[in-house]
Amino acid sequence: MMEIPGLFNYWVVVFLMMAGFYVVISRGNLVKKLVGLALFQTSVFIFYISMGKISDGAAPILVEGVTTYSNPLPHVLILTAIVVGVATTAVGLALVIRIYEAYGTVEEDEINEQDLIDDSAADEPVSSLGGEKDK
Amino acid sequence: MIAIAVIRLRDLFAVIILFGIYSLLTAALFMDLNAVDVAFTEAAVGAGVTTVMMLSSLYLTSRWEATPKHNSLLPLLVVCITGAVLVYASLDAPLHGDPSSPVHQHVAPRYIEKGPAEVGMPNMVTAVLASYRGFDTFGETFVIFTAGLGVLLLLGIQKPHKPQPELNTVANEVVLKVVVKMLIPLILLYALYVQFHGDFGAGGGFQAGVIFSTGFILYHLAFGEIEARRVIPTCWLPRLAALGVLIYGGVGVFALLEDKPFLDYSALADDPVQGQHLGVLLVEFGVGITVFSVILLIFHILAGRSRQS
Repeated sequence: MMEIPGLFNYWVVVFLMMAGFYVVISRGNLVKKLVGLALFQTSVFIFYISMGKISDGAAPILVEGVTTYSNPLPHVLILTAIVVGVATTAVGLALVIRIYEAYGTVEEDEINEQDLIDDSAADEPVSSLGGEKDK
Repeated sequence: MIAIAVIRLRDLFAVIILFGIYSLLTAALFMDLNAVDVAFTEAAVGAGVTTVMMLSSLYLTSRWEATPKHNSLLPLLVVCITGAVLVYASLDAPLHGDPSSPVHQHVAPRYIEKGPAEVGMPNMVTAVLASYRGFDTFGETFVIFTAGLGVLLLLGIQKPHKPQPELNTVANEVVLKVVVKMLIPLILLYALYVQFHGDFGAGGGFQAGVIFSTGFILYHLAFGEIEARRVIPTCWLPRLAALGVLIYGGVGVFALLEDKPFLDYSALADDPVQGQHLGVLLVEFGVGITVFSVILLIFHILAGRSRQS
């Protein structure tokens, strides 16, 4: 009976992580993929923080009369990870914006299609150039 | 539940707003798990900055997600199998809140017992962050700085475009502007408090930087681009970010010059505990400046980019 609430935090983390993973691999929209990645990221944050928790422990700020504190180490790691996470998300968004400006879409399928068209056009560059000149 | 809604919805605007709510809930959860500093950061970053950034890049791209063409059954299967394996693995994991789990056995007890005496500050998170793990934090500050540069290289700074009065619905909202004007000093004051009180209570450079930049982002949103760029020109921001990294690195190099190891704060004062205090304060200040300017820089770049169709 004790085991079920004890492991509940891991299951929540696994659920959130898989939800994020599912978005990343199944959706074609690049912005949506980034949201999925962020979801995945927060699940890892929750995993770390929940490991640092000690039952009846206080927040790791020294107060007289308190002897049990939660583990400060995961807090430090995640604190910096969150801010680094937002910075890397911003880089991802910047890339998405550049892709949109280059292709006019943020859907993966359409980008792939355009790449295929570009490739087939690149195979016969002479004829396409000639076509330009005729005009 | 909100996570599921985030997956299902195709309107990306709603997805992003929901994601902000989800972040706020996560912050509340962190608070419950005794991680006050982390809750702070998550609330400011997840619910504030990320949402604004994603919205402004949404403005630059498109709002609606296309219906997926290929079958989503295979990814679902992969996800279910991976999830099942992870749940199976969790059966052997230590119980939640168990003080004897391996996480709490290694270096953590030392940080908790000796930290306040050695570093001389009650907030152990700040002590570990800036003093014991100063190298890591230096690396992370550098990563943030590099990310800011990356966005700058990818998108570049554009000249602010001319305001179009008939399109700008916020321009005439007097109530909004007055409220924002009253809120901004409070936000900035609070950020400064978080910055310099981080040794004693919850807070520190990372949180303060984010909160400080939130104040400026709010100003930007309410008063428009031209006004906001008059307060802090965009070209200053990369320099400010570099200055923050320089302060952090400078503290380390100063220790080197005093024949001490890199980032050994006892070089800063005669009394080691005093030196630790000064060192942590300076380092957190450097982190705060870098985080603030990088986030504001990214926002300026995203918001300043004109829409291309």
